[in-house]
Amino acid sequence: MSDKDVTILAIESSCDETAAAVVRNGREALSGVISTQIALHKEYGGVVPEIASRKHIEKITPVVEEAVRMSGVALNDMDAIAVTCGPGLVGPLLVGVSFAKSIAFALNKPLIGVHHIEGHIAANFVAHPQLEPPFACLVVSGGHTHLVVVKDYGEYEIIGRTRDDAAGEAYDKVARAIGLGYPGGPKIDRLCREQGDPLSIPFPQSKVTGTEYDFSFSGLKSAVLNYINQMEMKGEAIDTANLAASFQHAVVMSLVNKTMHAVEEYGFTRLALAGGVASNSYLRAKMKEACEERGVQLFYPEPLLCTDNAVMIGSAAYYEYMKGVRHGYDLNAYPGLVLGEKV
Amino acid sequence: MMILGIESAGTVASVALLLDGSILAEYSLNTKYTHSQTLLPMIDEIMERSQMRNRMNELDAIAYAAGPGSFTGLRIGGACAKGLGFALKKPLVAVPTLPAMAMRCWGAQGVVAPLMDARRGQVYTGIYEFDRASKSPEPAALSEREAIAVDELCAKLNELGRPVTFLGDGCDVSRQTIEMQLQVPYVFAPAHMNRQSASCVAMLGAIYFEKGMAESAAEAGLDYLRPSQAERVKAEKTGQSTGYDNKKNDAV
Repeated sequence: MSDKDVTILAIESSCDETAAAVVRNGREALSGVISTQIALHKEYGGVVPEIASRKHIEKITPVVEEAVRMSGVALNDMDAIAVTCGPGLVGPLLVGVSFAKSIAFALNKPLIGVHHIEGHIAANFVAHPQLEPPFACLVVSGGHTHLVVVKDYGEYEIIGRTRDDAAGEAYDKVARAIGLGYPGGPKIDRLCREQGDPLSIPFPQSKVTGTEYDFSFSGLKSAVLNYINQMEMKGEAIDTANLAASFQHAVVMSLVNKTMHAVEEYGFTRLALAGGVASNSYLRAKMKEACEERGVQLFYPEPLLCTDNAVMIGSAAYYEYMKGVRHGYDLNAYPGLVLGEKV
Repeated sequence: MMILGIESAGTVASVALLLDGSILAEYSLNTKYTHSQTLLPMIDEIMERSQMRNRMNELDAIAYAAGPGSFTGLRIGGACAKGLGFALKKPLVAVPTLPAMAMRCWGAQGVVAPLMDARRGQVYTGIYEFDRASKSPEPAALSEREAIAVDELCAKLNELGRPVTFLGDGCDVSRQTIEMQLQVPYVFAPAHMNRQSASCVAMLGAIYFEKGMAESAAEAGLDYLRPSQAERVKAEKTGQSTGYDNKKNDAV
């Protein structure tokens, strides 16, 4: 390790994964540990904040301990401690923030609060060492749907966002309605990889008046639920695979079309995907087709970096660290933190 | 022996440093600011002012109020203690909130009943007494710590038949019921001794530490006394137990 290397211990606990990682120079993951709570929340059909918070405080020490051990870097040799401070669920966020602050205080290390979405975008820096701003990025997850211009490291312009449900949220709700369970995204993706005709049921794609690049998924969700009701009233059997594939087609094409519209208007030559839904195989395939048609380079991280993780937080933190960003011991959790907003 | 005490179970944020049997520093805030923004700056402040900032590796343990209390407050204090214990490689001592609160009124005549507003018509409480003859600061528990309705507590205290000192943020919500139902002499502790204090947590933590009750940062837990709302609703629907019975014995 050279003297100029910057090694950051990063912690993420904004939803239902407790994660820690050690990242060197923003690009290289020396370790990454994720403890997921999916099984715990499955029976409630979604994440229960209080149950998640209780699990986070149980897991935070062993998870961070393991990430430090795996990295081979002594805790005292870390250059900074980074933590997701928002957006997310406030109870879970507070566990990570409080724990990280204490470490920074005890060892006299710089503390860096990181925006969760900045983390998702930065996952692409770890996956693609040559990728540098500027580029466009579509962030899609269970809680977020943003079309972002990454102007420089840590500098963003949001040009489109969802008006209602996040894309991943729509997946969860539809999956629940057709009995696939939580989390909906991976389950629908898996089902549709093998069966289901995406063009069998013509569900509407989101139309949002006012802004060109905003998304909406609640209308589509209602259309799916209405379809299920109508079929049940008529006493007709529902082809779950066809329904899932058609729903997925509507979501994905809405994401692809809006994004391509922006790509053409702005003249982007590079597009990155980020967030949990970025590991969806149908989205990747359709976006790839659309990008190839237009000669746009497409980037996305491997699935493990798409889901909530701490490697991405350590990467985003590095660029903040280099800019001299430091946070005080009064750093709080900011559940509604907007991308680009400084704390 | 050096013990850092952390208390954030209720509205009070409090931190204290116990060094060889004396309280070297204590800092308490009873404001509306979130513990997340106050607790660690307060620890920083007492460590700096007591010139112990560079001697934190001499700490024997970190004692924290482990519950019951506000779920979020407990986790802020618990995660803060765990982070310190993990980074400094120091053990943690989980101190139950209620006996530590009772210590605020050490030496009171009769028994001490700390009251924390537990919402849903209940208080977190327990009944404690002090052995003035032995001069031990440690309270003896005469009842389990539990979440109960105030009239239920009054019935217990009437049966016990001894004078009572009440303290805690639960006094306000309980006052009317106590005034109507309590048949034994009682007082509400005055302002300077009616809230949580981290010096009590540090003192009790030191006693537990000497009894060998220290844990690693990974092992140390919280005692919520209650399940989450979602678990409770589910248990009511399915008739299964949540694994919480709202009671815990303090006898150690």
